[in-house]
Amino acid sequence: MTGSVPADRFVDRLLAAGFDFFVGVPCSLVKTLLAELERRELYLGETREDAALGVAAGAYLAGRTPVVIMQNSGLGVSLNALGSLHFLYRIPALLLVTWRGYQGEDAPEHLVMGEVLPRLLELFGVPFRAPLAEAMDADVDWAAARIRDTRRPVALVVRPGIFA
Amino acid sequence: MTLTDALAVLAPAVPDGTVCIHANGHIGRAGCAARDRDECFYMIGSMGLASSIGLGIALAQPRRRVLVLDGDANVLMNLGTLATIAAEAPPNLLHVCFDNGAHASTGAQPTITDRVRLDEVARAAGYRFAGRVETRAALAAEAPRFLGREGPAFLLVRIALGPPGPPAPRIPHAPEAMTARLRRALGTGR
Repeated sequence: MTGSVPADRFVDRLLAAGFDFFVGVPCSLVKTLLAELERRELYLGETREDAALGVAAGAYLAGRTPVVIMQNSGLGVSLNALGSLHFLYRIPALLLVTWRGYQGEDAPEHLVMGEVLPRLLELFGVPFRAPLAEAMDADVDWAAARIRDTRRPVALVVRPGIFA
Repeated sequence: MTLTDALAVLAPAVPDGTVCIHANGHIGRAGCAARDRDECFYMIGSMGLASSIGLGIALAQPRRRVLVLDGDANVLMNLGTLATIAAEAPPNLLHVCFDNGAHASTGAQPTITDRVRLDEVARAAGYRFAGRVETRAALAAEAPRFLGREGPAFLLVRIALGPPGPPAPRIPHAPEAMTARLRRALGTGR
């Protein structure tokens, strides 16, 4: 693992790329990011990840470009919303999905999803990148462009240690 | 009072320009048949999320009135959002739940709303208003009042199961077309 991205700079980058609605369920890998969004009063905490996706879909229908923040455990909860709402209705969102269980080194409850995460995103047709810190800015812009071009969800996978 | 009867009372009373998010199953079909407008969005999947979609619109466009047309099994599937809606307290969000005590579109398997009153759940969560009507006359009296209330407001409309089979044809609009027309109606491009 190389350097890390300061949370405030990452939020600036998301805003500059046009993302303007933030909803999710927490994960420790993004705690500094969530704290920064809370500090700016930009973040809505939901009870479940699929509900967060529903709120994000509503925000998109009302003109926003949403980011949905979740732990990869929550991706399992989200699959029906992605399939029968976002993909079906051409409603995009940037999914910021943390990678618990990365390289098999984590608490046992994270190992199964950690192992399959990239394959699950591929299988479901969600384009994604899992940037190191240096590539984060470029990959935010990539995600914003994909959303504008395809109106489908895209994901940035957050490895451990990315956010300072 | 069946779902179709209830919508015949409620739909004409909804002010023009109100966004209506219909839950999946029979509610969208019957709602589309009762009164279709560009501001109407019909879910054909993602059961449970009509209330979440309504919340997102209400928060993103605080001056736009948003009405969620939900069902008992849908609300039960996403109970957590009653809490989120109450906590966020958008004054422009109204939430109707048609409660027939069953999963009507999958064979009328019973839900648990014969024992669990969802209007009381919404009240306990902290909705600004939570009410219940059980007859067509009561709905006709309450509808104009309810539609003018400050949200978040919840109205449970107790209905009887209709005749077997769907109450109306499938939604005639392609999902993607519904997204586009609602975004246009909300002034946000394609």
